[in-house]
Formats: sequence, structure tokens, C-alpha cells
Amino acid sequence: MEQIYDVVIVGGGPGGYTAALYCVRAGLSTLVLEKLSAGGQMATTTQVDNYPGFDEGIDGFELAERMQRGAERFGAVTEYAEVTAMDLTSQPKQITTSSGTFLAKAVILATGASPRLLGLSNEEALRGRGVSYCATCDGMFFRGKTVVVAGGGNSAAEDALTLSKMCKKVYLVHRRDSLRATQSYLTPLQNAENLEFVWNKQIDVLDTTDGHLSSIQMTDRVTGETSTLECDGLFVAIGRIPDTALIADQVSCDEQGYIIADETTRTNLAGVFAVGDVRQKPLRQIITAASDGATASKFVEEYLQTL
Amino acid sequence: MVTLTTENFDKEVLEATQPVLVEFSAPWCVYCRRIEPVLHRMDGKSDVVIATINTDDQPELAQRFQVEVIPTFYLFQNGTHGDKLIAPSSQAQLEEWIAAQRG
Repeated sequence: MEQIYDVVIVGGGPGGYTAALYCVRAGLSTLVLEKLSAGGQMATTTQVDNYPGFDEGIDGFELAERMQRGAERFGAVTEYAEVTAMDLTSQPKQITTSSGTFLAKAVILATGASPRLLGLSNEEALRGRGVSYCATCDGMFFRGKTVVVAGGGNSAAEDALTLSKMCKKVYLVHRRDSLRATQSYLTPLQNAENLEFVWNKQIDVLDTTDGHLSSIQMTDRVTGETSTLECDGLFVAIGRIPDTALIADQVSCDEQGYIIADETTRTNLAGVFAVGDVRQKPLRQIITAASDGATASKFVEEYLQTL
Repeated sequence: MVTLTTENFDKEVLEATQPVLVEFSAPWCVYCRRIEPVLHRMDGKSDVVIATINTDDQPELAQRFQVEVIPTFYLFQNGTHGDKLIAPSSQAQLEEWIAAQRG
């Protein structure tokens, strides 16, 4: 007979592996499904300075590996597989993946979030042909060139600052007339001589020349005027969206798409829990994801006793 | 895993008898680092040779294949390649792309 895990955790970031650590230490058979490698968004941060206990900071990738090893040390199992479908209402719950189907009495959703796209028709096709979602990754390729950063939050501000140090010209295009970024970003942005703010503009069209981004067309959200801005690159930094596409028809989500679950991490479905960035919550940090993971194990245990 | 340079590229990739998965990458690329464990898991599991190019050390190769976002993947077969794949979000996506490229 096929194994039925006490708990299957979907996603191997800090929420997922903390849940795994606590579940496996509570004696539960625990499987983590991870589609790439441990850590999620955290693993793309080279310096984590706000996770306590690391007084000189720690590399997010290394912290991820440590969290994974910490959970596996007590018997948690990782399967590298991409989930393609979930039946969360059956018992046992069924999770279909690129490596077969897994059965679980309880499921912890720790799928995290991904960069939000502008939603333009050729945006995905232009990724790598002028469009990027990671200034720290791809900025080097735009040295001495003209780039646009789209967005108005901390990540857009940080991207614009990073790029201003290597690019000829940086336009920070925002839909509103002010940034939502933390004050500490504003002064350096204003002092960057090659950086120009473009307010109240919505990006509508990505123009190409020889298959590569060459300019963007924008509409002014106040005057309605349209304009074109020539650029070699567009860095999109307009926030993140929770990865709930596979379960949104089963689990209750809020308007932004985050799974509705309170501090117990319980969702509207019995035996289904949500931890980390994918859950509706006031602060999305490594430590709050980890905290969710620990809490979830308590309520998973409680649920298993009712079966 | 094979490390490619301008010196060994033709021999290891273009003249190879097996398909070669080439990843353009760099040590500072945080997303490349997340994919590295995937490549190690895939290495030796099929007849596809896995090779990486450090674009910092090999800017000519990056330019030659119009790489401006990393990680970029090409699958070379019999000296030619098809479309590139950029920053796959999962091992499954990378494997499916390889299968599609092989036809």
C-alpha cells in the first residue's frame, strides 16, 4: 500500500522547513515537496541581517540549507518535485506532482510568493531580451545603458539605486506620485544624478527592435497623455503575488490572493494549514514564516488526533 | 559537470556527440545558485551532458549567444541549439524543456 504521510509540506522555504522540523520532532512522518532547492525567496538574499542569532548576518542560501538539514536530521524527507494538482478535501489528501502522487493526512501550504508581472502580452517573451525581475542578477548586463525600473516600493527603490551605480541613465517609473519606499532610500535616490523619477505613469506597451526591448509606451494616469520612453532594459519591481494558483478554488483567499488563515495557520479546510508569505499576515519576514511553521505543527497534531 | 571556456567550447559543445545542456551563470547570480543543486541532481542521470559558463570569465561566450539575463540555458545538439530557457522556476520545468528541445 502506498505510504500515507502524517503531513506533507508544499514548499521548502523557511516556513516549510520550520514546519518540517517541528512536525518531525513531534513524531509525525513528514515530507517536504520542493520544486527547485531549499529556501524560496530567502535563498536569493545573500545577506540576511534580521534573523536573530546570526550576529554578523548569514547568507540566505546557507540559512536555507541549514534549515533543510536541521529538519532532515530528525527524519523529515525532501522530494524534489513540482506540484501540479492537489485534492485537499479528500482523506487522505492527494498531491499530484512531477514525481508521482503523494498522500497525506494533513497538508501545510508553504508555497510563498513570486515576482508580480506587469501583465503585458509580450512581457514573458521579452524576459532575457530586455525585461528582468532581478536587478542584482542582471544589472551587470546593462552597464552603461539606459534602463527603466517599474515600481514604487522598497524593492523598486533598491533596484534603482543598484542600477544607478552601473547604468548610464535610470528612470524610476511609478503609477503614483510618490514612493512607498522607506525613508532611508529616498535621499540616496534623490542624490543619484543619473536617476530620474517618472510619476503617475502606467506602462502599457513594450516595443521591440529585432526582438529586443527598445522602448516602453506609457499613459499618464492624471492627464491621460501617452508617451514613449526609449530604454535598453526594464526591471520590474512591483511586488509579489502569493503562489496559490493550484489551490485557490479549494482554499479561501483574500482579495490579494493570500490564503486566509489566522495565527493558528488553519485554513477553511480541515487539515490544511498555511504558513509563511502565502498566508494573510501583517509582516512577511523569515522569522514570521518560521514562526508560522512552528505553530502549524501544533495544530497539525491537534487535527491528527481528531482522525 | 563541465566548465566551459572559449578554449574548450567548440570541442565540448559543438563537436559533442551527446546533447549538452549549457547554463550561462555567474557566482554573484543568486537565482543561479538556487538552480545549482538541481543541475547536480540531474548530472549523470541521463545522456545529457551538463555544462556551465561563468559569464564573468567568459564575456565573449555570453555575447556570442546574446545572453543578458542569467541563468540562461541552451540545449546543444549536433552543434546547434534552439530557443533559450531563462530562469526555470522548477527542476520539472527544466526537464520538460529539455525533453521538448530533444523532440
